Parts: sequence; C-alpha cells; structure tokens
Amino acid sequence: MTDRERSKRFVRRGERAVNKDTYVEEAADLGLVVMDSPHDPRPGIRIEAGRITAIDGRDEADFDTIDRYIARYALDPAMAETAMAIPSLALARMLVDITTPRAELMALMQGCTPAKLCEIVSHLNVVEMMMALQKMRARRTPGNQAHVTNWRENPVLMAADAAEAALRGFDELETTCRIARMAPINALALLVGSQTPHGGVLTQCAVEEALNLRLGLKGLTSYAETLSIYGTDEAMRDGDDTPWSKGLLASAYASRGIKIRFTSGTGSETLMGYESGQSMLYLEARCLVMVKGSGAQGVQNGSISCIALPGALPGGVRAVMAENLIAAALGLEVASGNDAMSSHSDMRKAAKLMLQFLPGTDFITSGYSSMPRRDNMFGGGNFDAYDMDDWLVIQRDMKVDAGMEPVTEAAAIAIRRKAGQALKAVFAGLGLPPIHDGEIEAAALADDSDDMPERDLVADIAAANALLEGPQTALDVVKALDAGGFADIAANVLAMQRVRLAGDYLQPAAVLTRDFEARSAFTDRNDYLGPGTGYRLEGDAWTTIAGIPQARSAAEMVPLTSGEAGVTLVPRPPAPPSPREVVIAVGPAFATLLDRTLCGLSHGETLRALIAGIESEGLAARILKMAATADCGMIGYEGAKLSGSGIAIGLQSKGTAVITRKGLAPLNNLELFGQAPLLSEAAYRQIGRNAACHALRTPPAPVPVKVDNMARLRLIVHATLMHKREIAAIEAGRGPQEMEARFDA
Amino acid sequence: MRDEDDVRRAQPRLSAAQITLEAVRLGTVSAEDLTIRRETLLNQAERAIAEGYPQLARNFRRAAELTQVPAEVLLETYDRLRPYRASYYELLAMAQELAARYDAPETGAYIREAAEAYRAKGLLARRDGEED
Repeated sequence: MTDRERSKRFVRRGERAVNKDTYVEEAADLGLVVMDSPHDPRPGIRIEAGRITAIDGRDEADFDTIDRYIARYALDPAMAETAMAIPSLALARMLVDITTPRAELMALMQGCTPAKLCEIVSHLNVVEMMMALQKMRARRTPGNQAHVTNWRENPVLMAADAAEAALRGFDELETTCRIARMAPINALALLVGSQTPHGGVLTQCAVEEALNLRLGLKGLTSYAETLSIYGTDEAMRDGDDTPWSKGLLASAYASRGIKIRFTSGTGSETLMGYESGQSMLYLEARCLVMVKGSGAQGVQNGSISCIALPGALPGGVRAVMAENLIAAALGLEVASGNDAMSSHSDMRKAAKLMLQFLPGTDFITSGYSSMPRRDNMFGGGNFDAYDMDDWLVIQRDMKVDAGMEPVTEAAAIAIRRKAGQALKAVFAGLGLPPIHDGEIEAAALADDSDDMPERDLVADIAAANALLEGPQTALDVVKALDAGGFADIAANVLAMQRVRLAGDYLQPAAVLTRDFEARSAFTDRNDYLGPGTGYRLEGDAWTTIAGIPQARSAAEMVPLTSGEAGVTLVPRPPAPPSPREVVIAVGPAFATLLDRTLCGLSHGETLRALIAGIESEGLAARILKMAATADCGMIGYEGAKLSGSGIAIGLQSKGTAVITRKGLAPLNNLELFGQAPLLSEAAYRQIGRNAACHALRTPPAPVPVKVDNMARLRLIVHATLMHKREIAAIEAGRGPQEMEARFDA
Repeated sequence: MRDEDDVRRAQPRLSAAQITLEAVRLGTVSAEDLTIRRETLLNQAERAIAEGYPQLARNFRRAAELTQVPAEVLLETYDRLRPYRASYYELLAMAQELAARYDAPETGAYIREAAEAYRAKGLLARRDGEED
C-alpha cells in the first residue's frame, strides 16, 4: 500500500507504544512456544521399589543431570504415587478451590513431575491463576523488592536512594555495580541507607558468586538471589554450573545465615539456544522442581530479564503468570518478576502487572526501580521512580497492598539527607575517601546521578578493594555510626547481624519487620481460604495506603468561600413583570455560601457577563434568588414562571446554566450548559444574549464551549462538594427573592 | 580451648541477647559472634520438617555442617563442583575430606552423588592421561 492509500487512523494507531513491541508467531521447532509444545513430554512417573525410574517418559538410563537431580532430591516417591494418579484437571480445580488449603496442595505438588505441573496449570485461565496464587503464596503479607543503583556509582546517592526506598516500605533492596570492583562500597552504602529510616530491610549486591558470598560474610549484605539456573543441561553448563554446584552454594550461604533465592524464568533457555523445541514453561517447571530439590527457600521468576521473549508470543503473559503459580504451589517464595522492561505500552505493562499485583506475591516485583530508569544498572526498570504515584494510586483504588507506602516530599528529603550524613560518618570511621556536605545536600534533593557532583571514582574503587581485602566488617560500620552520632542506625545495622544467629529469616519467604521479627511462611502462614480469610488490607496498613499525599480534605478542596464574590445580592421589593426582561434565577448559595464557579469565575464576573449579554439585545435582567431548590432545571423553571418575557436563565452557584421558557416541563429547556467547567466569561455573555434572543424570538447563536474531555474527571469532586453546599443552603417552603446586584468596584 | 590443629571454623561464643550496642562499644563482640550456629540450623531443619519442607530441611542440615567449614574451603568446594573442574576421584576426595575433617557427612554424600552424576553425564574435568 502506498501512503496515499493508507487509512490515516491505522497510521496513527501504528505509531502507538504497543506497536513498538515485537510480536512473533509460534514456532515450536525454534523454541518459540510458551506452553504445550508438541515436543513437551507427557506427564508420567515410574516408581519401582520406592525408587523413581522414569520421569515424564524418560527412563533412568537416559536421565539428564536435571532429571537425575530432581529424582534424587525433589520428588518424594510416596507422594508422587498419589499425586500423579490424580487427574490434572482435578488438581487444577483444587488450586482454585477455596476450601482446599495451601498445605494440602503444596504436599501434592511435590509429588508432581515438571510435565504434570505444566498440565495442571494449562487448565487455568489467568483469573483462576490469580485465585490460585492468592492462596498458594507462601507469606500471608505480600511484599516488594526495590532496585537501588546509580550510573555514577555514587555512594552518597546510593545511600539516599536506599533510605527513601526503605521509607517507602520495600522489604528488600538490591543493588549491583557498573564497575564490579565497586561492589563493597555499593553494598556498604546500601546497607547504611537501608537501615536509616527504620531497621529490618534486607539488602543484597548482585555480583559474581564468590564476591557475593564474601560481601555476605562481612555482613555487608543479608541475602542473595544471584543463583541462576536453567531448565536444560546445556544451558546450565553455559551458566558454568550444575544443579549440585548451585545446591551447594545455597547451603554455603545458609551456613553463614544469609538468605538466598534462586533465579530462573521462561525464555532463558530459548534465548541461550538450548531448548530442544520444548516449551518455555516446561523448561521453567524443570527449574522450579530443581530449586525445590536443592532446598532453596525460594526463587525469583516470572521470566525476569527475558520477559519480552514470552511477551512476543501468544499467551506469553499467561505463561509467565503460570510459572509464578507453579513456584508458589511448590511452596517456594516467589519474587514475581515485573522488573525488566516488558513493553513500550504503559497499558500493556500495567495489565501484566495486575496478575501479580492483585493476588499478591511474596515480592510483587523482583526489583522496582526506585530511582529513574537511566540510573538502573540492571538494564531494567519496568517501573521506576516516576511510576511510583501510579502504583500507589492503584493500590488505593483497588484496596490492595502491593508493597509500597506513600511518603511526603519533606519526609523523603529528610531521610535522604540523614542517610548521606550517616554514610559520611561511616566513610570517616572506616578511612574511606571523605564525603562532603555538598554531596549530601545534592543527594538529598537529587533526581538522578547527573545531579551529583563529581567524585573521585578511582579513589573509591581503591578504597572498595581495601575494604574487601581488609579485616573490616559490618561491626566496624556499627562502631563508626555510633561514634558519628547515629546510634539508632548503628543499632539497626547491628540488629541485622544479630538476626543471623536465630536464622529465622532463612525460613521460606522471610522478611523482617521493623522490630527485626521474621515474617515467613512459618510465622506468617498464608491461610487464605476464601472471603474473610488470608491477608486483608485493613487497619493501619489501609490507612497508610489510602493516605496518599495528593488526597486533600473536602474543606481544603472547596474552601467555604474565596471571600471575593465580586457581587453582593441585596433583597429588594418585587418589580412588576415586563415583556422586555429576562430573569436570571440563581441558586440558594449564590454569592453567599459559594462565590466562584467551577471554571473559577467569581459570581460577580458570571452575573455581569450574563447581564451584559441580555442588555446587548436591548433587554433588561431581573435577578431572583431561589431558596427552595438547588436543581438547575427547577431554578430555571421557577424563574421562568415569574419572567415577564417567559424566559429565564437558571444558574447554579457552581456555574451550570440553563435557558428555559415558561410552560416547559422542569427537565425540558431551550438550551442547557451542563458542563460548568467549560463555561468562560464569553460563554456566559453569549448565554445572556441567547436568552434575550429567545425572548425576542430572534435566532440565537452558538455558545462558545471549550472541548475538554478531562474537565469532568478533574473537577467532579469539586462539583460534588459545591453542589452539597448549594443543597445545604436550601430553605424549604421559601419563595424566590427579588435581588439587586451590587457589583464590587 | 580449641585444638591448634582443629581446622574447623570457630563457632560464635555469644548469644543473641549479648550482642548489644553497649557490648560493641566495650569491644566484646567479634565478627565471628555474628554468625549462625550449627545447632541453630539443625533446629531450623526440624522446624522445616514439621512445616512440610523436607528439601529445605536437608539444605539446612548441610548448612549446619558447613558452619564449621572455613570460607576459603567453601568457595573452593563450590568452584570444584562447577562443570569440568574436578575429576571423579578429586570429587570423592573432597567429599571424604568434608565428611571426615569437618564433620560434614551429609554434604560429603551430596558431593559423592555429584561425582556419580558428573561421571555419567560427562561433567568431569578432562585432563590428559587421566581416567575419570
């Protein structure tokens, strides 16, 4: 088609964000299939003498490394006999059924092979998956994780961003580095910032495994989620690991009291070229059973950094939801993705998000970019600092806790400043390159790292290396904070070390409360069994989420009066009706309890414009104030009855106007101007003129009305409150009062 | 007193209640005191069994054993378990050492199973003149 032949509407639509995304047709042979590939095996298990000798159609002799691992460590032969005998549809129904408890399902799921798990979830639509996820989530209270990074690797900004993220209620903060050698300082800045507003926020620094573990051993981090696994042997090998090596690493972290979760997700094997035509979900199910077998408490999945790949395929977003559900059904903690960029379209991103946001997961995102996307060193930032108010408003709309709390600008600035000051004390105490007050001030008010003054990165890197190689640990951080006058933060950092002794935060889905109590699948068990059970957003938590700073009180929104009506209406004796008059009938609150229209015109300006319009046709205006009604139609109707010409303009105090004629029914009229926010002074003048034209039986001209589709949405609360006040001014049974308008000079 | 020849990692001396800011100021808390104990992880393992998490319990039991393994040995063990890093007999020797020197029999068994799997699936180190 040439451009001349194209539909202009299709061209415009083609430019929309959703059409910048890539879509591809299914091609199972290339691994481009999210669920139910023809190359996926049929579910099955063979157990001989209490020993698993075939999984999903593969005999023991042909087991690959992953089969071998899950047969040995994940699947319980006795439970497998039971679970594999139950039809998948029946198990799918149990997942959704509100009378079947989570624990019962979790036990059954541990007897299911990867192909069986896929078959079960393939019976569910996304709403059923949400129902199931709500029940199967490990922790009763949903949570969230934030990313905190910055392009310049500025530690002061890192601490400030960490403090604000903690203040916003994130349970876990994750950083990484642009320059790997900065890891110790990034981890340190994140730790200090994270414990500044209150204690208990878990932190991690995503770097290479050995370095990661060393940071944890120093007490600079409290968890790790870098343990990536894949659903085929080839992809595992490409990742330079085996199920055994990753499993050992899981135990190694636990041996030092450090929480870990694995990372997997649909699409990674296909992206690496090792999917053998099997569906993304089937390979992910293999990962999840492997995670279970390793004894790790949880996983971050939901396609993670590969999200755009399943997203390009039909049913991709559903498949990603299905992988979250399988993980939860196995009893794993789930940090449910939503971290990497999933679409150009805000609508599409939000729709995908709702699958996890509404039912709740242990961490709704595996990393909400708490700073602007350009500072996100994870290459992601699906939702970033600028989307926070959207997130908060959606929580408030839906009465849903998705793990973020509103904060005021003043509180954010204050906590950012305090984190910078605390980090300055720590750097001084540990002998790291000094932090200047100018940096602290810049970080307190910064949007992103471009707002930060230059720092000597070379000196910071050298110091980071010395910190890593030297004997200093989190204990020295505690001492430096204490000596620097930050005993509260020192106590929090120390408590983060102390919790390791109890090991409670190694339990599934554990996060720490502000009192350092572990909230886990054991201590905060998800007991959802339908309405009236499970996590309910109420009490203080609901008050917090409802209380976004943008919400104003009704009194604040519509002040009693501006005090500048611009006109005073003074009662006067009734004049005899004249055929050359138009009545202006105003509402009971006019120029008294209210004095401005929704458009912001003073009542004086409004009235003056109407009168000028009437007089421009040589007629006179007669003003009546209605006492018994606030309804625009009735105000006009009553006015017209008393009008010598039979024509009246009905005017509510908020500015809504009508032109009517004596004899018309109250809800009938000559012209109605129902959208008060759109009526300017010029419009009221034309309304006055048209009313006069109706009286003179000459043709009226169109009233200029702005087209603003958003006006109603913007002003509906104001309109409601103003109308309430008009109604409050009603004096039933009292007739119209003839008025003289005295305009202010 | 610890035996000079004991290669096992020292266990914390203080209880959680003793780890206070005051104690840090007095210098009585060491970094070693801020780690989890073997018996704590064994208790967590029992809790996991009771809650229906047998695999997690096994991980906690291996972790309990590893509390006594120094960090360098841990990192080395992990590295040798990665693909193509160690021969079959090296893995077996490592398993044996963990079980015997560090009182880590479950971890030892886990590494022996890895050795078998790696031999079956060709994940052992390929070195000239060496039989897997």
